[in-house]
Amino acid sequence: MFILKLVFKNAFRHRSRALMTVGGVTLAVLAFGLLQTVVHAWYAGAAAASATRLATRNSISLVFPLPVSYREKIKAAPGVTLVAGAAWFGGVYVDEKNFFPNFAVQLDSYLPLFPEFVFDPDERDALLRDRGGCAVGRKLAERFGWKVGDRIPLRGTIYPGNWDLVVRAVYRGANPNVDERQLLFHWDYLNETMRKTAPRRADNVGLFMVGIASPDLAPEVSRAIDETFANSLAETLTETEKAFALGFVAMSDAIIGAVRIVSYLVVAIIMAVAANTMAMTARERLCEYAVFRALGFGSGFLGLMILGESLVIALCGGLAGAWLTFPAARAFAAAMSDFIPVFNVAPETLWIQLALTLAVGLAAAALPALRAGRIGIAEGLRRIA
Amino acid sequence: MSLIRIENIYKSYRRGEEVVPVLQGVSLDIGEGEFLALMGPSGSGKSTLLNLVAGIDTADSGRILHRAVDLTRLSQGELARWRAAHVGFIFQFYNLIPVLTAFENVELPLLLTRLARRERRKHVLAALGVVSLTDRLSHYPSQLSGGQQQRVAIARALVGDPDILVADEPTGDLDRKSAGDVLTLLSRLNLETGKTVVMVTHDPKAAESARRLVHLEKGELLDVHPETGL
Ligand SMILES: Nc1ncnc2c1ncn2[C@@H]1O[C@H](COP(=O)(O)OP(=O)(O)OP(=O)(O)O)[C@@H](O)[C@H]1O
Ligand SMILES: [Mg+2]
Repeated sequence: MFILKLVFKNAFRHRSRALMTVGGVTLAVLAFGLLQTVVHAWYAGAAAASATRLATRNSISLVFPLPVSYREKIKAAPGVTLVAGAAWFGGVYVDEKNFFPNFAVQLDSYLPLFPEFVFDPDERDALLRDRGGCAVGRKLAERFGWKVGDRIPLRGTIYPGNWDLVVRAVYRGANPNVDERQLLFHWDYLNETMRKTAPRRADNVGLFMVGIASPDLAPEVSRAIDETFANSLAETLTETEKAFALGFVAMSDAIIGAVRIVSYLVVAIIMAVAANTMAMTARERLCEYAVFRALGFGSGFLGLMILGESLVIALCGGLAGAWLTFPAARAFAAAMSDFIPVFNVAPETLWIQLALTLAVGLAAAALPALRAGRIGIAEGLRRIA
Repeated sequence: MSLIRIENIYKSYRRGEEVVPVLQGVSLDIGEGEFLALMGPSGSGKSTLLNLVAGIDTADSGRILHRAVDLTRLSQGELARWRAAHVGFIFQFYNLIPVLTAFENVELPLLLTRLARRERRKHVLAALGVVSLTDRLSHYPSQLSGGQQQRVAIARALVGDPDILVADEPTGDLDRKSAGDVLTLLSRLNLETGKTVVMVTHDPKAAESARRLVHLEKGELLDVHPETGL
């Protein structure tokens, strides 16, 4: 169509100006995508949470343990299907730099509670049989070149001593939100040793993960569990796994909020830049627009022409920016893999990028299009280009 | 009978607080098939008057009739349709669209008609034939000389077969030879196809091509005899 031809030719009439604007939009949309992905990564733990899991911890603070004997009482609450105790072990592999999360958990019920940790059935059986065995995530195994059968020496920090574990299984995540950088081993193994070396600290867990039959039951089961232990030595606080995970994130909520605001600011800035460029372009072409109108073309035609040009530039930049978000996120993830376990570009980020790109194109064209339609023809013709 | 009848036109511009009167009760009849040159000192309002005749500006008061149609009563949209149907524009600086080829520039006015692509092509080639530029169809304006650009512009003005050609200093930016070509073309169009031509010019030599000469001075019009200049 004729107007499309005009739009494309006009868009790249000032090649360097057009390319600078396209480049600016590209960078802005890319920056937006990365910042949004950082925000998502921050909430990945909460996003991975299951609606049918609760976390029960000491009501004073997560630092205080709960007696392992609570397990049976929790299991007795109506609606509860599975209960697994877990403790943050905090072991160090060779050097502090090699940080990764490691937990001692009651594997027999922990594994069925977390079906998103996917195991080879044989490895899983071997893991459950070997009290000194452990499971490691696929990415963790890759990072240190571990294979099934390898011995892993961990230096205890919370639980003193040297702990030797044997890799019995490597798990994968069933979806991209699953952290594949964890190490899990038998809480029983931890507890046996504690009984010998520090009996006063034995028979405790950090928290219980509780499976429930249906998400609707969460409030009443939580209440039931906490009431069971009311007025006991260790009172409990039970909440959904999601709320529990968000509790961790909440501490840095302000920073993440700032990141989110900055991501939109970047887009607002490029919007202003694009609008300025478009206004400049339109001002230079007032005489040309007047010629179109003298020939009988309406202001609607001019509006479409300007809008089209603006959208072409914005879309070139926006699509390039969205496209580049993937390799950029991969590079970012590789560089930050020790700190951010899950760093994936969410589909909705792409949609927002596209929407913002269109908004930039529209916003940049709005005023010039209105002005071009309003200025008198005779007046426009005097503006010799 | 006159083709265009200008009756008692007033037009002034506002510049801030100040009101600049330009046309003060100007009346003029332009006959069908006339070739009229409009002269006068700079700033006397020649372009203003021409723009009113061409329907791209509006007067403060007075009437402008094209046959029975009163232009001052038409809406913006009606005026645009009227221009597309009846007026061909020729400007001092050619004002071709730089991103379109000679062919596409000439085709432009036809895009507002119902003509099919093949028909349009026929008309465009005919118009470019009149100005002897059929060998420059795919040239962009920047690849043409000033004289050639002005001839493309004349083809664009012609292609819709308007009654009136308005030209604001069409030779103002051209060398003598190209200016001569353009004037010859306008005369030929006037004589051979009966187009009414209204041309603003500074150049007495250019005015000689016209068959009637009108002087605008201090907001008023004087008919001048083309030969004697009186
Ligand atoms: N948009 C405008 N705003 C204010 N004043 C204007 C405007 N357009 C024209 N004028 C004034 O109106 C007067 C007539 O202008 P016009 O362009 O019609 O003159 P002209 O006879 O064509 O002059 P020239 O021979 O230099 O082209 C001038 O004094 C000009 O300054
Ligand atoms: Mg003038």
